[in-house]
Amino acid sequence: MSDAPVAQSFPGAAAPAAPMAVSSSRWRSDAEFVVIPILAIVASFLLFAVFLLAIGKSPVDFMALVWRGGFGTSFSIQNTLQRSSPLIMTALAVAIPARIGLIIIGGEGALVLGGFVAAVVAIPMTGVVPPMPALLVMAFAAMLTGGIWIGICGFLRYARGVNETIASLLLTYIGIAIMNFFVEGALRDLSDPNKPSTKPIGRDYMVGSIPGTSVHWGFLFGVLLCLGLYLLMSRTTFGFAARVTGGNFRAALAQGLPVGRLIVACCAIAGACAGLAGFFEVAAIQGRANASLAAGYGFTGILVAFLARQNPLMIPPVAIMFGGIVAAGGLIQRRMGLPDATVQVLEGLIFVVLLTSETLYGRFSIFKPKGR
Amino acid sequence: MESPVVIVLEAMLGGAIRVSTPFMFVALGECVTEKSGRVNLGLEGTLVLGAMTAYAISFHTGSPWVGVLAAGVAGSVLGAMHGSICGLPKVNDVAVGIAMMLFGVGVAFFFGKPYIQPVAPRLQSIPLGSWSESPNLRSALEVNPLFFVGIAAAFALAWALRNTRWGLVVRTVGDSAAAARAMGVSVNGVRLMTTTIGGFFAGVGGAFLSLSYPGSWNQGLSSGQGLMAVALVIFARWKPLRCVLAALLFGAAGAIGPSLQAVGVTQGYYFFNAAPYILTLVIMIATSSAKHSAADMPGELSMAK
Repeated sequence: MSDAPVAQSFPGAAAPAAPMAVSSSRWRSDAEFVVIPILAIVASFLLFAVFLLAIGKSPVDFMALVWRGGFGTSFSIQNTLQRSSPLIMTALAVAIPARIGLIIIGGEGALVLGGFVAAVVAIPMTGVVPPMPALLVMAFAAMLTGGIWIGICGFLRYARGVNETIASLLLTYIGIAIMNFFVEGALRDLSDPNKPSTKPIGRDYMVGSIPGTSVHWGFLFGVLLCLGLYLLMSRTTFGFAARVTGGNFRAALAQGLPVGRLIVACCAIAGACAGLAGFFEVAAIQGRANASLAAGYGFTGILVAFLARQNPLMIPPVAIMFGGIVAAGGLIQRRMGLPDATVQVLEGLIFVVLLTSETLYGRFSIFKPKGR
Repeated sequence: MESPVVIVLEAMLGGAIRVSTPFMFVALGECVTEKSGRVNLGLEGTLVLGAMTAYAISFHTGSPWVGVLAAGVAGSVLGAMHGSICGLPKVNDVAVGIAMMLFGVGVAFFFGKPYIQPVAPRLQSIPLGSWSESPNLRSALEVNPLFFVGIAAAFALAWALRNTRWGLVVRTVGDSAAAARAMGVSVNGVRLMTTTIGGFFAGVGGAFLSLSYPGSWNQGLSSGQGLMAVALVIFARWKPLRCVLAALLFGAAGAIGPSLQAVGVTQGYYFFNAAPYILTLVIMIATSSAKHSAADMPGELSMAK
């Protein structure tokens, strides 16, 4: 027990990683990983409906508003995709370390610091460097910052046995404090008295939209990142070594795998994803860094990753679903007179029910492969 | 005229007593839970829900102590939820803790919205410093009764864990579930009980936040105290009395920022606000080891392995 710093039993770590030969029995056992989460979502929506009825609101209205605010019109769909972009990236920040057996919940901190650093490096470049190289520098700086930030958690886990879950959340609070320290002090834009912010990065450095839509490029990059990281984790030696380490730490050590470097690398990739989310929040939405970067995307991302069973390919659809719920939040607030925390209650409920449903795996004979 | 150093030290003393109380309660609660071999990372959510419940009930009944009790009950409900979910096979207690943290905070913000404006009756402090001439020392020694309740609870828990049959059962479940089962003890039943007790303590800690210091309800009331208290239990080596000392240390660290503000140092306010987080991280680094598990750790604990 004591010499296995990362071997934890962990939901999702044992999920099927690479589809092998397609056979009907394989499909049967895979179906379990889709059917049970969907059942969990349905069950949590039913529970939430009971909750709404108990406080005298109509669940039918609620669902109709979620549909209209998140998916019903082309405007709302674009808004949803826009909001799912940071969710995809922060979910990757949970899913990649999960493969090596770590529960990292510090995506919010890496997002905030990444966005902050992106804005800071942009300011001296304004008017000097053309947009394209400047954006590349900003994105790189954001990913590097996020990578180091979460990489610290991985390093501390391996080298000192520090619990990575607590450490990553502590680093989130520290990261937000660092941003506030500079934004309210040395780097504050004094021409804006309302909200302490950095100077705007300028119109030239804003990332545009995907042609024909109002969705910024972050969404596409997020989906591509999911594809790339899926291939990395399931089809390369690196990914295999990481999964071996996550599955059995001692076996990985005995095989002579560089477990320390693997752990730090997985955490750094995770942080880079969250940092990139911060870059897009600054360069495509906010135009500057301030406290609204800490909008809770990092926390919703944890839920997205768990629902996707830590599988990068499943992250985009799940993120779009939650992007829709988040996008509909304002409409629900206005039309039904519900507090803005309504979405948080729903998310928390889904999370709790989902984890409870972990106990159902292997209980239904319908999912068992035939003849075994 | 007092020198600024004395003022800062006095403010830190007062701050240590005030700020440490919620840490103390959450840490004691988590200590009991972890003694039985389970981790509840959701106490941050419990703390926030406790703060909201205490404030709302105190506002409606006019009695802050009823509010404290209600906060404890609300915390117990969340604790019982965590305990019963984790009793199911294949469920990971750390992940459920994260979910309960988000759920508890969400529920607290949802029902707490109408209570941000109104003023609820607060817990009265005991003026222990009335002998002193110094107004700063007097205000530093305005101690809330909950502080003493927490210390008494720590002594009671330390005694009960060591000397009673109940304590033996909890420790056995925490050190070896198989041995406890062989004794005929229901492992899940004991853990459900300790998680519920832990939730009660964390709820009361939340009541202190909203009814004494800072003494109002808003959405930024707690930022990580519940989580830091969980880290603090490792530092306190799962001993209730050490939890009290560790909480005082954290309270002093948390009081640095406001104390310096009291003498007019506003530079780096956010940096000093981050001091407790940094201190927690440093302590975790200093007390953990990659080679062997922490001293006195309950053997069944899934965390910090």
